[in-house]
Amino acid sequence: MSTQVPETVEEESATEAASAGKQKRDAKKRERAERVQEQREAEAAEKARSADDTYHLKVFRYDPEVPEKQEPRFDDFHVPYKQGMTILDALMWARDHYDSSLTFRHSCRQAICGSDALFVNGSQRLGCKTQLSDLSEPIRVEPLPHSDVVKDLVVDMEHFYDQMESVEPYFQTNSLPDGELDEQRQTRENREKVKMSTRCIWCSACMSSCNIAAGDNEYLGPAAINKAYRFAMDEREGEDMKQRRLEILEQEHGVWRCQTQFSCTEVCPKDIPLTEHIQELKREAIKNNLKFW
Amino acid sequence: MYEHDVIVVGAGGAGLRAAIAAHEEGADVAIVSKLHPVRSHTGAAEGGINAALREGDSWEDHAYDTMKGSDYLADAPAAETLCKDSPKETIKLEHWGMAFSRDDDGRVSQRPFGGLSFPRTTYAGAETGHQLLHTMYEQLVKRGIKVYDEWHVTRLAVSDEEKPEDRTCHGIVAYDVQTGQVEGFRARNGVILATGGLGQVYDHTTNAVANTGDGVAMAYRAGAPMEDMEFIQFHPTTLPSTGVLITEGVRGEGGILYNENGERFMFEYGYANNLGELASRDVVSRAELTEVNEGRGIEDEYVHLDMRHLGEERIIDRLENIVHLSEDFEGVNPLDAPMPVKPGQHYAMGGIETDENGETCISGLYAAGECACASVHGGNRLGGNALPELIVFGKRAGHHAAGKDMEEAKITTGKEGEYELGEVDSPVELGEAGIGEDAVADGGTAADAGASVSGADLVQRAVEDERETIDTLLEREDGIQQAEIRERVQKSMTRNVNVFREESALKDALRDIREARELYQQVFVGDKSRTFNTDLLQTLEMRNILDIAEAITLGALARNEFRGAHWRKEYQERRDEEWLKHTMLSWNDGRPELWYKPVILEGENKTYEPKTRSY
Repeated sequence: MSTQVPETVEEESATEAASAGKQKRDAKKRERAERVQEQREAEAAEKARSADDTYHLKVFRYDPEVPEKQEPRFDDFHVPYKQGMTILDALMWARDHYDSSLTFRHSCRQAICGSDALFVNGSQRLGCKTQLSDLSEPIRVEPLPHSDVVKDLVVDMEHFYDQMESVEPYFQTNSLPDGELDEQRQTRENREKVKMSTRCIWCSACMSSCNIAAGDNEYLGPAAINKAYRFAMDEREGEDMKQRRLEILEQEHGVWRCQTQFSCTEVCPKDIPLTEHIQELKREAIKNNLKFW
Repeated sequence: MYEHDVIVVGAGGAGLRAAIAAHEEGADVAIVSKLHPVRSHTGAAEGGINAALREGDSWEDHAYDTMKGSDYLADAPAAETLCKDSPKETIKLEHWGMAFSRDDDGRVSQRPFGGLSFPRTTYAGAETGHQLLHTMYEQLVKRGIKVYDEWHVTRLAVSDEEKPEDRTCHGIVAYDVQTGQVEGFRARNGVILATGGLGQVYDHTTNAVANTGDGVAMAYRAGAPMEDMEFIQFHPTTLPSTGVLITEGVRGEGGILYNENGERFMFEYGYANNLGELASRDVVSRAELTEVNEGRGIEDEYVHLDMRHLGEERIIDRLENIVHLSEDFEGVNPLDAPMPVKPGQHYAMGGIETDENGETCISGLYAAGECACASVHGGNRLGGNALPELIVFGKRAGHHAAGKDMEEAKITTGKEGEYELGEVDSPVELGEAGIGEDAVADGGTAADAGASVSGADLVQRAVEDERETIDTLLEREDGIQQAEIRERVQKSMTRNVNVFREESALKDALRDIREARELYQQVFVGDKSRTFNTDLLQTLEMRNILDIAEAITLGALARNEFRGAHWRKEYQERRDEEWLKHTMLSWNDGRPELWYKPVILEGENKTYEPKTRSY
């Protein structure tokens, strides 16, 4: 492409001149970078000072690799408040203006990707949908309990994923229509019945809040049981498959471990009635066994 | 080094569908994603999937609407492929158990959407994307397809023949976010890029923070052209404070837009006398901003979207998610009050140039989904056409990469067909900012290769280059942090390359991007840890944002006409005699090269004659 470049570009043919020119340019670049950086830090401090409202966060820090962070600690951040600001907004502000090593998972900012479940003031919540103004200060932000901490607010999700995948979490039906354009009919009522269970975003808040899961590593846990519910109650799967699903759920570390404490239901950011779903599956399991007596 | 037949980069809708398709063809396939698959942004899609399923509808009508909506900048073979394949791909999802909303007779429900001549948008409440993403992930688990989650792909390993059309992609280089390890992944058959959107180029966007256009920028630097990058879709209904999306389904179900005077402005001021709120997205976005600019906006910023008259029962049945979003993110309960909305960056119509089979001009390199440009959306994407794009082209790319015999593509890629070179009057130097040891900003050019170098060696060389880049970044003790550079670019893009575009602002944006490129030469990573280093991750993403911001702005400056989402102050007319062509940008020795290729308006049985677009 022939781009017209009005500003002249330095042209130096001799190697020495070129290298001197480069040094000069580099020095200029560095100077500019430093200036921008200083200006930015000053602005951040000024913003925090002059804001009408500043929120005080105490954030959990830990990094196995960095000597000064190997011993877990809490860092204090004072973040200028803007109407509607969430925990996630505050963490991002702190990271972008104070400490770029502050680490947490986040992506969609709208409560659908499920990556920013945190332990905020003693309760499991999604950072992106928790308003600062709903919390009392100082706001304690910690990683989800009962999980291994990878770094700062990031926990290891492997166990959660393993549990989710252990319940055969995929649709299985033997009544698939022949035509590739023919649907399997489903009643509105049945779709309504499974609707809430399909809303799970795999954030792990429920697992983290469950005392039983904390004590029994093999317990399937509320999220995985809910996933099984989603299929067991779907009329398109048929009775044979439901039988098989109940067998998975009736195992020693399945639904019978649940002690109906409702903590999962309380923390679920998508309002899924997890405890109810578990209870319903217990009833189904009993009915299922009664058949054989 | 890891090795598979097919490697899919990205685990959203297109990536999952591609992986399943490749697996169906018997390939050993793996997905590499910087997030866990269920975190992908496809999950945030709300509206639905356009598919001609019903009596009275046809794929031909769907194709006509798509071509018209595109403002005649889509390629007919791609648009027709989309519309022909969508019904069976949509029903395939149903067969996989997806929880679609249902009609009384048990069939999947469909609703009206903007720019559609038939209510053909198939949906699952206002959470269609979430249901689709999870349904496909379930199928992935069922098939036991390998996923490398939280691995950020940073570079493509492509041979270095002079012409991109002669190059081959042998694999990728990725960085394990959890451990900091940089590794090569060799692809025996092919690499499929399915990295999604690039909304983070802007500061007001519906897109996730992860949507930094990684695939588009990587492919560009490896030699695959970017196509029609200036066409950015601004969604008319996003929440003003956060950019959270309020689905077009609200208007589809009968939601009404009002200005500050309580006037139904779409009709009152003649923006779309027939379809009103259901005109296509570019039309509604411009209408809203015109209202604001003429002093009829609320708080000089937004307009109102009212759905109260639909009744609580219907809202909860079909749009429940919107009630939660509006309450959680704007503090407004839409059952009691209208929602504040304004346009926000939503979708990139442009992307990596591919044909109908998802193939780029580089052998063994494919792209599908939002990162790709086949092109089905042209100047403006119709609501409900993104999800079918994922499944239709994800599947085709997966099949092709796995070696299935495919019908020959009608769209040519690279400079193999007819093309012309272009010129643009840029106020600053473009492209690569640095030299020598400052190679960071210019990302990966094609890795070195001679005739004797094997694919595995080539991947290994690319790994070594990337390790060096990352070491350099981590060793620097001072400089400037990416957050500062990112903010500058995002603000400049929103100020200068938004819904309304004018020459002087576009040039300002190019100057800002140039300055950001230079600052990027001094970028440093404050976090020195190898464990879950999101500072490093974002710094690596930043180079993609730079290349993409430049491409969008350059394309916008070059296109001297008003078409689809691309409005130009100086050029208020669509100029078909000159501009029925795609804007192409190739990375050529560290600089963008501008060229054009003609739009294909000849479909299977008809030619789509450009007509005035009125709604």
